[in-house]
Amino acid sequence: MHHTPAHDVPMQPTASWPAKRRITLTVNGAAKPFDVAPWPTRLDARRESLELTGTKKRCDHGPCGACTVLVDGRRILACLTLAIMKDGAAVTTVEGLGEGDARPPLQHAFVEHDACQCGDGTPGQICSAVGLMTEGRANTADDIRERMRGTLCWCGAYPNIVAAIDQVMHAGERGAGR
Amino acid sequence: MTPLSDTRAGDVATAVREVAADGAAQCIASGTNLIDLMQAHVERPSRLIDLTRLPLADIRPSADGGRRLGALVTNTDVAYDAPVERRYPLVSKAILAGASPPLRTMATGGGTLLQRTRGDDVDDTATPCHIRQPGTGCAAIDGCNRLHAILGPSAQASAVHPSDRCVALAALEAVIRLTGPGGERALPFAAFHRPPGDTPPLATNLAADAIITAVDLPPKGFAAHHAYLQIRDRTSDAFALVSVAAALAMDGDTITAARLALGGVAHQPWRDRDAEARLKGQSATRDHVQRAADALLRDARGFGHHPVTIELAQRAMGRALRRAAAGEAHR
Repeated sequence: MHHTPAHDVPMQPTASWPAKRRITLTVNGAAKPFDVAPWPTRLDARRESLELTGTKKRCDHGPCGACTVLVDGRRILACLTLAIMKDGAAVTTVEGLGEGDARPPLQHAFVEHDACQCGDGTPGQICSAVGLMTEGRANTADDIRERMRGTLCWCGAYPNIVAAIDQVMHAGERGAGR
Repeated sequence: MTPLSDTRAGDVATAVREVAADGAAQCIASGTNLIDLMQAHVERPSRLIDLTRLPLADIRPSADGGRRLGALVTNTDVAYDAPVERRYPLVSKAILAGASPPLRTMATGGGTLLQRTRGDDVDDTATPCHIRQPGTGCAAIDGCNRLHAILGPSAQASAVHPSDRCVALAALEAVIRLTGPGGERALPFAAFHRPPGDTPPLATNLAADAIITAVDLPPKGFAAHHAYLQIRDRTSDAFALVSVAAALAMDGDTITAARLALGGVAHQPWRDRDAEARLKGQSATRDHVQRAADALLRDARGFGHHPVTIELAQRAMGRALRRAAAGEAHR
């Protein structure tokens, strides 16, 4: 039985329930205002109010990394930040990286290397890998392993995940015949 | 999550005014620690003061030739700041040894100083914990205490400060800048955290009506002779059993000044000036560094579930000091 207010039933502010505040978020490229109470995490707000369920909710305490998304291009954990604190930010979830034929090379590489398995950790791993490549600090497979720390794979597909990221990270070099 | 209200502070004066006016409110910067505790119903603030808009997110040279890290600068941005990497590699390495990249990208300098001590029972509301509920005692002292304090615990509390960044800040003698209703003041790192004693819920000496605005790194960064060594059960999703920040000044093979801070073993990064003094004028032989490590640990006490931690700390300090003395070429 689900007792929390459903997203389609507006919560009525009362004297004891602080009112929602209007904030603006750019989510996957589209700026939109939405009303949020002060306490939901970004993860809950996104999944329940924006109906973007690609970002997964697992441990809800930080260690697993399943909820990793990109905020202003940098990887963060959506379960440990409040939606209201990110007013004005640009958020990219796994949905915003491209779907179907528009999927980026990283997602093709995950499929090619069988790095997805059960798939529950995959959206967080993909977002974390995009953040890793943007940071530009990883060069070797060991670097990738170290810098993907904190994004758990329940199926233990770590070698495949590292291989997929490594392939995309060095695609230009291989394409140039080096 | 418990319903709450929030106030967004746009400048330091507003933040201080709001903090001073409402003793029940809690400040939030990134929230990596506070939201975790709120999710576990350990913390139940009725109101949050959101500090994320304060102009405290830059790194700049300080007047004394050191480096001033704004309280909202994230751990990742400190670790990858080129002057910090060059002049204070101990700080960069300590940060990069801890947490995961997304957490480091979120966590701020102020929040890192203020993060709650960790223990097996602090976030388990089904167990007694004097930190969470004063007067209930510490379930870990007679229970599962593998990750708990071996130095400085009270009879009531044995949780440890888990930060890596703070271990380096302790060794470098960073200075914490605070602003309250009376203006700004500076506090040496060693005076910031409080021993648990009989009041473990008060983990720091930050006044209830003040906020952290910056952390100053002193001019001396010990870049030539430093080492950060962290030992934990596994390389992900684990806090340090022991971490060591070693910083030395050397004249040839002779140690002319030594700083040694131990993390993961007490309510704050642990230093001992007597142990450091034993290194002065010595070379970093196995015997000399071991004597300093033994001195630092002379009052260490295990509580049953961490028989290896004391020996681990001894060996880790010895190794870190020898690496620091060997210098960059041996790292």
